[in-house]
Amino acid sequence: MVGMEVAGRTSAPLTARQAGLVGCQRCARVWPMGTVRCGRCGSRLVSRDRNSLQRVWAWWIAGVICYIPANLYPMLRTRTLFQSQEDTIIAGAIELFTHGAPFVAIIVLIASVAIPLAKFAAIAVLALGVRQGSRIPAGRRHIVYEIVEYIGRWSMIDVFVVAILSSLVQLNVVASINPGPASLAFALSVIFTMLSAQSFDSRMIWDHIEPDQKGPAA
Amino acid sequence: MHTLDTSDLSKLIACPSCDALYSEVRPGHGRRAVCERCHTVLISPRRNAGLQVIALSTAAVILVIGATIFPFLQINVAGMSNSATVLDAAMAFAGGPLLALSLAVTALIVLLPLIRLLLILYVLTPIVFDRPPARRAKRAFRMAEQLKPWSMAEIFALGCAVSLIKVADLARIEFGPAFWMFLGLVVIIVVQDAFICRWSVWKSLEERRRP
Repeated sequence: MVGMEVAGRTSAPLTARQAGLVGCQRCARVWPMGTVRCGRCGSRLVSRDRNSLQRVWAWWIAGVICYIPANLYPMLRTRTLFQSQEDTIIAGAIELFTHGAPFVAIIVLIASVAIPLAKFAAIAVLALGVRQGSRIPAGRRHIVYEIVEYIGRWSMIDVFVVAILSSLVQLNVVASINPGPASLAFALSVIFTMLSAQSFDSRMIWDHIEPDQKGPAA
Repeated sequence: MHTLDTSDLSKLIACPSCDALYSEVRPGHGRRAVCERCHTVLISPRRNAGLQVIALSTAAVILVIGATIFPFLQINVAGMSNSATVLDAAMAFAGGPLLALSLAVTALIVLLPLIRLLLILYVLTPIVFDRPPARRAKRAFRMAEQLKPWSMAEIFALGCAVSLIKVADLARIEFGPAFWMFLGLVVIIVVQDAFICRWSVWKSLEERRRP
């Protein structure tokens, strides 16, 4: 690993914005401020996407709203020879717990409850931090952002498991598993949260600590 | 303090994640240039990376198609058995109001990964064989990049493993050929992703204009 050659070894490097330039977020090419499209890759250029925060909150709210029915309605309808039952995410985890599979139950709780909630909290902290400034160092917030971006898509695993079980366990009278309405709500919640994280312009995390711009850069 | 030469903008590089500005230094093969501030990898050239990515992408296309056709899990309960293919899984929601979910799942685990792989092949093949870039190559590569978070074949593979644990006490489960294909796909996609140096691809698309 080699570090890039830094422009002036101050605590914070010069940013493209401070140099009166705009960097392409897709291909990293640099253009004079005010250029509309990147001449190399054709992406739209924005120095700081101020409206991005509005998009972040809009998708965030949509994600939270969908997360509520995802927990209230059943995810799976299981029918076996003697009984049929409908399980919400949390009820399913509790059942696993009482049936002597506490380890699997904890994994389910972490994957379907803790991680989605943590994602909502993390995006909210990041978006609020840009607007109001934050006591959390920018480097740490950037790591949080990267984790949220990386983990977001993996939440779809719950929806895939429902799809796999529903297609696999179709054994006439013996046993069958069918998807419940929560699967749709959960999928939408994951997709909206991904869109929320993608809308966030991570360059704004660093703006507050620019050396010649103390305090919030409104 | 800032002594960056801004006279030639094509020699500069701005970190896409934090906007820090650097003068472009091409690291040696197998080494990486990393943003000092947020540690985003900026440039990561590898010897023969293009050819390796083409080989890996081709293998991945074959695996995606194979994994779609063959069953990935088979269940046996009390003498009854059922096997499921990826398309079965995608169509699990097909009845009723959940139809949209069926289409979304099909797209996420089969269509989008396939489109992304084909786009990468379309862009890289002419570059690697020293031909002028393909028609609309920039747009194609941009699209491939945008599709990246939405192609979830490898997440589906992990979903198979989780499903297995969930019904393990209900029934006997056997892996089908497609399960192993998906596992291979996970490895190939991770390696392929690590081998692609996006910056180098954009650079060669810029340098080699269509005649």
